[in-house]
Amino acid sequence: MDVLELARWQFGITTVYHFLMVPLTIGLSVLVAAMQTAWVRTGKSRHLKMTKFWGKLLLINFAMGVVTGIVQEFQFGMTWSAYSRFVGDVFGAPLAMEGLVAFFVESTFLGLWIFGWDRLPKKVHLACAWAFSLATVASAYFILAANSWMQHPVGVEFVNGKPTMNSIGAVLTNNTALAAIPHTLAGAFSVAAAFLVGVAGWHLWRKRTASDEHRDVWRSSLRLGGWVGVVAFAVLAITGDTQGKLMFEQQPMKMASAEALCHTEKPASFSILAIGDVANANCEDVKTFTVPALLSFLAHNDFSTEVKGVENLVGEYQAKYGTNYPNDPDLGPLAGKPIDYVPNLPVTYWGFRVMIGFGAISAGIGVLALWLTRRGRIPGNRWFPLLVLGGIATPFIGNSAGWIFTEMGRQPFVVAPNPTGVEGMWMFTAQAVSKLTAGEVLTSLIALTALYLVLGVVELYLMHKYIRGGVDAVMPPTPSSSKEDSDDDALSFAY
Amino acid sequence: MTLETVWFAIIALFWLGYLFLEGFDFGVGMLLPVLGRSNTERRVMVNTIGPVWDGNEVWLIVAAGATFAAFPGWYASLFSGAYLPLLLILLALIGRGVAFEYRGKVDSERWRRTWDRVIMIGSWAPPLGVGLLLATTVLGLPLDPQGNRVGSAFEAVRWDTLLGALAVVGFSLVHGAAFLTLKTTGELRARARTLAMRILPIGLLPMLAFLILVQARQGALWTLLSLVVSVLAGVVAWLRLYADRDGQAFAALGVLIAASAVTFFGALYPNVLPSTGDPANSLTIAHAAASPYALKVITWVGAFGAPVVLIYQGWTYWVFRKRIGVQHIPAVHAP
Repeated sequence: MDVLELARWQFGITTVYHFLMVPLTIGLSVLVAAMQTAWVRTGKSRHLKMTKFWGKLLLINFAMGVVTGIVQEFQFGMTWSAYSRFVGDVFGAPLAMEGLVAFFVESTFLGLWIFGWDRLPKKVHLACAWAFSLATVASAYFILAANSWMQHPVGVEFVNGKPTMNSIGAVLTNNTALAAIPHTLAGAFSVAAAFLVGVAGWHLWRKRTASDEHRDVWRSSLRLGGWVGVVAFAVLAITGDTQGKLMFEQQPMKMASAEALCHTEKPASFSILAIGDVANANCEDVKTFTVPALLSFLAHNDFSTEVKGVENLVGEYQAKYGTNYPNDPDLGPLAGKPIDYVPNLPVTYWGFRVMIGFGAISAGIGVLALWLTRRGRIPGNRWFPLLVLGGIATPFIGNSAGWIFTEMGRQPFVVAPNPTGVEGMWMFTAQAVSKLTAGEVLTSLIALTALYLVLGVVELYLMHKYIRGGVDAVMPPTPSSSKEDSDDDALSFAY
Repeated sequence: MTLETVWFAIIALFWLGYLFLEGFDFGVGMLLPVLGRSNTERRVMVNTIGPVWDGNEVWLIVAAGATFAAFPGWYASLFSGAYLPLLLILLALIGRGVAFEYRGKVDSERWRRTWDRVIMIGSWAPPLGVGLLLATTVLGLPLDPQGNRVGSAFEAVRWDTLLGALAVVGFSLVHGAAFLTLKTTGELRARARTLAMRILPIGLLPMLAFLILVQARQGALWTLLSLVVSVLAGVVAWLRLYADRDGQAFAALGVLIAASAVTFFGALYPNVLPSTGDPANSLTIAHAAASPYALKVITWVGAFGAPVVLIYQGWTYWVFRKRIGVQHIPAVHAP
């Protein structure tokens, strides 16, 4: 494999891996802060137990999210230095803001929250939890603003042949970003919700016949998770629709690929499932189950309008962005070769369906769990624990599929052209990669992937251990209650 | 002063903050098997930095992020040029961060010993990589006219950059020992102090050698001044340890690293990455900087953001200001 391919695999693997941790951190940190708020307001021990239990799982997960995040930030300069040079003027700003405004807050106040139990006044300690959790949301905002600029470059002009930012406001209020942010955050909350439903549902079921002093903890957690999941799914559907409509305007090829829509249709039907090879160039032998005219509606809010197919779009793209790569030796084997404007169709087609399908399954499980636990009921069915524990995986799969779809659907561009923006403001992925030896990238690809695998196993082991341990595992049996503040008192929390 | 110069100074400041803050928490990790004779002592050591190491690490992330935003050319050339040292930093920081969090999560000797080893390796390797990276940007790389590295994957690994790597490792070691003297009580503190005094002269030697090298190759008159300040601060640090004034000794080491950073970046200016081949290819501030508008944007963010960061990070150190000893460590509680 050449440097470009290795660098793309590395970016894909490290990013998808990082994004397994991040949504759980975002969703759970806000929910834990809410649980702690409930405890401070009501003083009920159930809320304290919830805060401690879910807080511990949050910390186990947070550590992994942080360390894999550093790789993300360094990787732009390491493997994508040509990209960094080209877009640095506009792309670096939101990244620096993320560090300065969000990430500093996140890591500092998390330290205060972990070690500040009993040491800080209750309300100050609660404020630390909120500072931490809102900073994770702010992080998401800045990172998605940066990513959205790659999908839809705005706020720039050319000065001396270089893209130059002329409006940070435009970058931070990019309509692509404003649609992506609530969508991604809702995805994060659906992850946390499924996690709550799965873990709490399993505990509830396991001790259904015995008298369990923590039953109220599991009931409250499950029902909180169920409701959050339902609301998150509603937000996902609405914002997903908004994003889809923007995409038909901004990246028509990505949407046509999501549908594997070969030929322009008027009105266009929405494909639910396909049988056969969606990547087949002429598409004739692909049988799909379709809903007539639905795609037209999704694209333009109108059941009769035309939606352009892949084959027609290729011509348009060639006319606008050229038929061949520049004859630049930096492009290696691609120099002067024809540009393939069609993204990997099986990936985009199935990525889109897996995203929607697993998101819906996740919400469905939440609704079912709410129904089965209504009015104090405890489910006794043998399939219930399997259902809710399996449900934990569904939003993770949906999220990953969504990201893979949106990033691979942008290919062959790393910065997709903005049809209404500045002429020429795009970059091919092949032009973005660093001048490195394949050995360097292969080394890092193997080293990072191996380390991620090992740490993934460790995280799952710890999660499993603390989930099984339940509330007792996170609350010492004898709470430090000596009120006289002696200098030799043990710390209420220590590593 | 132009905004470019201001941002060059701010990035130098982020590096200084990083070397000063994570310097001591690296040192604590490096000394874990040396000073921590029992599990409780090792827990004391880890807990001296427990609430703060994560916030300290962000200084590196912000240094990198600010370089990306203010000098995309610098960020691109240095990070791709010094690919392998950066990989070393990343792998070590990944293991280290996870190790602090996971070390106490299972009550088993074998589990703890494994993570202690990860903390130790994860604390020796990053200052080595960071030193190599910093020395590379100060002393330069062979560059082509586009700012890409010419030559093999190991261009950043030379005797002079390795000296810079040793300088940061040695400083972190001494700084960590001084910090442990400041933050602990009892027998552990006594041992930390003795060790700090013993290793200080040797530990700071590579830093001195590297400063002299930088001064001789690229220095100006005023960087010579900061070099002298570094040396004096090192002597003061030892004397204050001897006088059992650990707070002042720690502060003196802070002055040392600040003066050293002034020498590094003073000698580098107005380059950001010199070319060791054709000097015409050296990356200067003007070459590598973002546009005036982008610089203005991040200046506003920095002007409001940075003081706030300093305030709440300072507050963290205030909240956790107490010295700790083995008597403060609660019993192990894990499922």
